[in-house]
Amino acid sequence: MSEAILVLEDGRAFTGAAYGAPGETFGEAVFATGMTGYQETLTDPSYHRQIVVQTAPHIGNTGVNDEDAESRRIWVSGYVVRDPARRASSWRSIRSLQDELEAQGVVGISDIDTRALTRYLRERGAMRCGISSTDLDPDRLLRKVLAAPSMAGADLSAEVTTARPYTVEAIGARRFTVAAIDYGIKTMTPHRMAQRGITTRVLPSTSSVADVLAVGADAVFLANGPGDPASADDAVATVRELMRNRVPVFGICFGNQILGRAFGFGTYKLRYGHRGLNQPVQDRSTGKVEITAHNHGFAVDAPLDRVSETEFGAVEVSHICLNDQVVEGLRAKDTNAFSVQYHPEAAAGPHEAAYLFDRFSEMLEGTK
Amino acid sequence: MPKRTDISHILVIGSGPIVIGQACEFDYSGTQACRVLRSEGFRVSLINSNPATIMTDPEFADATYIEPLTTEFVERVIAVERPDAILATLGGQTALNLAVALHEAGVLEKYGVELIGADIDAIQRGEDRQRFKQIVRQAGGEVPESVVCRTLEEAVEFAATVGNRVVIRPSFTMGGLGSGLAGNADEVRTMVARGLAESPVHEVLVEQSVRGWKEFELELMRDRHDNVVVVCSIENLDPMGVHTGDSITVAPAMTLTDREYQRMRDLGIAVLREVGVDTGGCNIQFAIDPANGRMIVIEMNPRVSRSSALASKATGFPIAKIAAKLAVGYTLDEIPNDITMRTPAAFEPALDYVVIKVPRFAFEKFPGADPVLTTHMKSVGEAMAIGRNFTEALGKALRSMETKAAGFWTVAPMPSDDDADVDALLAQAAIPTDGRLYLVERALRAGATVEQVVEATAIDAWFVDQIALVVEIGADVRAAPTLTPQLLRMAKRHGLSDRQIAVLRPEFAGEDGVRALRQRIGIRPVFKTVDTCAAEFAATTPYYYSSYDEETEVEPQRDRQKVLILGSGPNRIGQGIEFDYSCVHAVQALRAAGYETVMVNCNPETVSTDYDTADRLYFEPLTLEDVLEVVHAERQSGDVAGVICTLGGQTPLGLAQRLKDCGVPVLGTQPEAIDLAEHRGAFGRVLAAAGLPAPKHGTATSFEQAKTVADGIGYPVLVRPSYVLGGRGMEIVYDEAHLSDYISRATEITAEHPVLVDRFLDDAVEIDVDALFDGADLYLGGVMEHIEEAGIHSGDSACALPPITLGAGDIAAVRQSTLAIARGVGVRGLLNVQYALVGDILYVLEANPRASRTVPFVSKATAVQLAKAAARIALGTTIAELRVEGMLPARGDGGDLPDDAPIAVKEAVLPFHRFRTSGGDQVDSILGPEMKSTGEVMGFDDNFGTAFAKSQAAAYGSLPVRGTVFVSIANRDKRAVIFPVKRLHDLGFRVLATAGTGQVLRRNGVRAEIVGKFSDGPGNVVERILAGDVDIVFNTPWGNSGPRIDGYEIRTAAVAAGIPCLTTVQAVAAAVQGIEELSRGEISVRSLQDLHAQLAAWRAGV
Repeated sequence: MSEAILVLEDGRAFTGAAYGAPGETFGEAVFATGMTGYQETLTDPSYHRQIVVQTAPHIGNTGVNDEDAESRRIWVSGYVVRDPARRASSWRSIRSLQDELEAQGVVGISDIDTRALTRYLRERGAMRCGISSTDLDPDRLLRKVLAAPSMAGADLSAEVTTARPYTVEAIGARRFTVAAIDYGIKTMTPHRMAQRGITTRVLPSTSSVADVLAVGADAVFLANGPGDPASADDAVATVRELMRNRVPVFGICFGNQILGRAFGFGTYKLRYGHRGLNQPVQDRSTGKVEITAHNHGFAVDAPLDRVSETEFGAVEVSHICLNDQVVEGLRAKDTNAFSVQYHPEAAAGPHEAAYLFDRFSEMLEGTK
Repeated sequence: MPKRTDISHILVIGSGPIVIGQACEFDYSGTQACRVLRSEGFRVSLINSNPATIMTDPEFADATYIEPLTTEFVERVIAVERPDAILATLGGQTALNLAVALHEAGVLEKYGVELIGADIDAIQRGEDRQRFKQIVRQAGGEVPESVVCRTLEEAVEFAATVGNRVVIRPSFTMGGLGSGLAGNADEVRTMVARGLAESPVHEVLVEQSVRGWKEFELELMRDRHDNVVVVCSIENLDPMGVHTGDSITVAPAMTLTDREYQRMRDLGIAVLREVGVDTGGCNIQFAIDPANGRMIVIEMNPRVSRSSALASKATGFPIAKIAAKLAVGYTLDEIPNDITMRTPAAFEPALDYVVIKVPRFAFEKFPGADPVLTTHMKSVGEAMAIGRNFTEALGKALRSMETKAAGFWTVAPMPSDDDADVDALLAQAAIPTDGRLYLVERALRAGATVEQVVEATAIDAWFVDQIALVVEIGADVRAAPTLTPQLLRMAKRHGLSDRQIAVLRPEFAGEDGVRALRQRIGIRPVFKTVDTCAAEFAATTPYYYSSYDEETEVEPQRDRQKVLILGSGPNRIGQGIEFDYSCVHAVQALRAAGYETVMVNCNPETVSTDYDTADRLYFEPLTLEDVLEVVHAERQSGDVAGVICTLGGQTPLGLAQRLKDCGVPVLGTQPEAIDLAEHRGAFGRVLAAAGLPAPKHGTATSFEQAKTVADGIGYPVLVRPSYVLGGRGMEIVYDEAHLSDYISRATEITAEHPVLVDRFLDDAVEIDVDALFDGADLYLGGVMEHIEEAGIHSGDSACALPPITLGAGDIAAVRQSTLAIARGVGVRGLLNVQYALVGDILYVLEANPRASRTVPFVSKATAVQLAKAAARIALGTTIAELRVEGMLPARGDGGDLPDDAPIAVKEAVLPFHRFRTSGGDQVDSILGPEMKSTGEVMGFDDNFGTAFAKSQAAAYGSLPVRGTVFVSIANRDKRAVIFPVKRLHDLGFRVLATAGTGQVLRRNGVRAEIVGKFSDGPGNVVERILAGDVDIVFNTPWGNSGPRIDGYEIRTAAVAAGIPCLTTVQAVAAAVQGIEELSRGEISVRSLQDLHAQLAAWRAGV
């Protein structure tokens, strides 16, 4: 077993074993608390440029299959686990996670105190980080970490978005067509829409208003994705223009932040973000709590105690996270637009927010 | 939705005595419920027949009824208390069944009492298997093919259609009682017949077998706003076919992808909603076909269960506490998570560690019982361990078992790998038994592949590979030229104990050598926190577990001195909830006295391992290595006054000397004193010095020696190994042949562990005493008179307090002898002494300078909390000071209760009906010097007869007040039963008797009808009992035990029919007194608070 080191931008270092591909990697260290769904996590484009620390100690137990990936590749820039599986056990497993990481060149580290690292990130916030199995000198690695770009201000959609438009057809009869702007969309999202008779035209993140209108969609869907929403001025401008054209909008995650900015709200970076499958979100209209999948390091800064007046009429905070009162959803009262900060497509994660796709269908029904 | 204001008084139903399938987890849940409801301002009434519970301590409810859990008694409590609502979902299957029975009897309606937590319909939808299946289908789930049968024929017909591979499950029983897996038509017949008899509604489910599939459980909670959370997923290492209570289980689930897990979660929630459990917890079991992922829903419990206790301890999410809050109207988002304080209970815990539960069995107690594990639960306890990975948790769990084996390789000599027969090992491992994992390990070590083991056992490959990892590390440790720090660190990281490493590396000459090396090079565990959220939020609750990792989370605390209290480990026969009770009391007393209390224990069922109990909780095995590391961590944190080893029974007692040798201050009675009492020769000298008589005795390490001793003493003799708890291996031997047989079976005789041979005192009155001693003063806690004669283990014997036939002179002798022993041994705290009174001579049988099993009973019967006082004495407070403080009465003690004091009767509850031989026969229900009971109940009333009747009702249902008594008595006892049987006859009982007994009865004017013995063929008494023609059995045994012998068949038939069976003349006499009281009319119920007030008033007046 060869050694590897992990160094944080403030100099804290951990020594462990090399895992995945040999080499060196840099990114923003974040922790994810999901106990299942590592394959979905690894392939979630929102994790682009991030080094993910899995708090669940055993990773890789069910191997890798060809059905559960959420995009065409692994996006995490580095992977930190405590006890990688020596053997995969699942009737669906095709290869081991170790092989998959190596094949895709993902550098990782194992056998470190992931809980100590998580507590450190919780107290000091997500920060830049480097992992190396080739240069075991922490000081040298630290210098490289400090030279790496930071997540604040990063505009990353262009790096993960699809190069060309593509279509995911409705399952059964097509009821609606939706244009999805791909800031880092996951496979499950168009699938959830397809299950509801929606054909999704997935468009590159740089698509213009004209590009979106050209596909003849009934609505636009703003996908999840990596990076700092504060730097996504073009996307915000596009969404404003679409809403001025009375195009209904549904956004999730990064899409929630874009919509929030389009309404005129600010966004900010959370100290260590929400990344897990157990986050309690309350729907403020019903008081009901849903357990939801989260992966966000930024959030919308909107007032919880009142309805906000915006260019597009009244907008309210529809959902909040019960753990920390962070804004988890927005709803326009005078126009057809709503969004949530979390992942109703839930891959990985609990399915109980899937009703949001139903709400979206109902909205489309109402506007038809 | 806030708290309900339309109800103000809630009756909580407890779960009664500890039995297999229903243990102290319901004391844990009930205690939480009572605490929560009272803090919410409700008046709480409680009924539970088990005195050894924390929940029945008078301060946990406004009115506590230690009364039988029967509909009659609960109705009486309702009539007196008039509660607005009943909470029955936290008292196990017993409470749930009672709730249904109260509903069906119209009691709830009559008194206008609302059932909260789950309504009758939901209970029935969850428990009625056929309705449950429909619900699962409606919710979109699959169920195995099955049919509900009320007759044998229906069952046989259906089973044939699915190849006779079926599971038989009786309706409305707990712990899988009466259920089993059949593989052919003959087995179907036997098992269905038995299942129909076990089911209170004479109904069994016959179901297609999914044996060998992966098994999972989800613990869910729902509030009345329909918010649902999954608290924990649990994966059974043992595949389907072994009852989950008997399986090694792992949390969280280890071998599911998110898609499969979410499918299970969706279905679990859908089923919960369909069943309509409005508020509270429930648990649902699933099976998954490992070949293709097909998922089947097996069953659900619409209540808090054993698994919920495990899930609560495993996650830090207190299910019972939350369930109680939900039951009174709160919703999950309104309840704070009390570990993080700032996040709500509406979330799903995330674990960054692995939890493993391993069941503890007691087959050694029931010779002849079939040790193969089935769907019928047989374990008597469990231990849980937490580690940062699977191997670490497994190592800790296996060494928590308190068995001879404490993890792989620890039973010397270590079997060699070379001559092992892989195929034979695999064939053995294929059959689920206690310790199967040891066979898996041996097979892997002998060269079996992971695939071969998976093929043989159907244990998931991931788990088998983890065992293979341990095997590989073991081999590395064994083969390395020197034990390098890296290798040692690796071994510790994967859960190897110092003791295991010492087996692999003989040059260290034992675990002390390994520990010395390890500590010298600084390889020590750190302590992590169970925080419900995988470190996402800061935790405020110090609930720790050890791990060989980098960062420790134990906070410094230098304001208060720390006291460590060592718990009692997994429940087993002879060591159960009573010891946990004493440990919890020590925590309460020392917390109140200003110490920081630190609890160390590994039993997830207990109140002691509730993180709300002590200031700090370490969920750790009770081995020297693990305890020393906790001591070290606490010394880093602050000032450790010492360790209390004398309240948790044999487990911590066994550590006392070694802890002291390692420089850890042992509080209270010193290890040397413990040794003085336990060592025969030394104790004999203490008695001799005090001039106290003991039965003649000697020790032997061979048959020849034993024979010489026995010849000198005269038969019968009582033989037993030294250093035992619960009378392990103890027998009464009547002749030389029997003695020779005993010695040949007792294989572990060594010079260090000789066999003790005592004169057996026939016809003695046995007396049990619990006392406190501080070096100067003695406080006699209570004097208990056994109802059975000496020779029945005190744990299995019914007893009365105050003693019913002892005079002031006898008690004075007891007091004097107890004082002499306490002084001679050097007790500082609790002392239990057993005496036998023969004529005027008070023989000392044995003394145990520690908390005994009877401490909770005595504390409740006398309204004085002995374990609390003992803990204070251990820290240096005197009895005189405790009297001033009010913890002990100002004057007098438990030995001088007034003549009209209420009488408490303790009765033992025995698990015979749960064990069968491999041939399907029941094991004999005969009592002897080896303890066999799992639990106890208490009857408490103004006079002995009523108290005894209550104790019998609590243990066995009820004593009959009319009907038929069957009498078959050994010759020596015939005179003694004439009068009691005549009384029953006068009361209108029909009397059946065997020929010999009948003749004696007829001569004395009892018109006994003669009925044939079992050996007499058709129409015999066994058939009559099984047919329900008999209401109570008096049968004192003689001669041998075993199938086809009359006494055995009679007793097992009584157990099967669920009727009282009294096997000693003393019990017969007591039962008749009880029946007289019952037939005289209304037996009233009285709260413990009321009874204690009576004692307090008397004490104030003295």
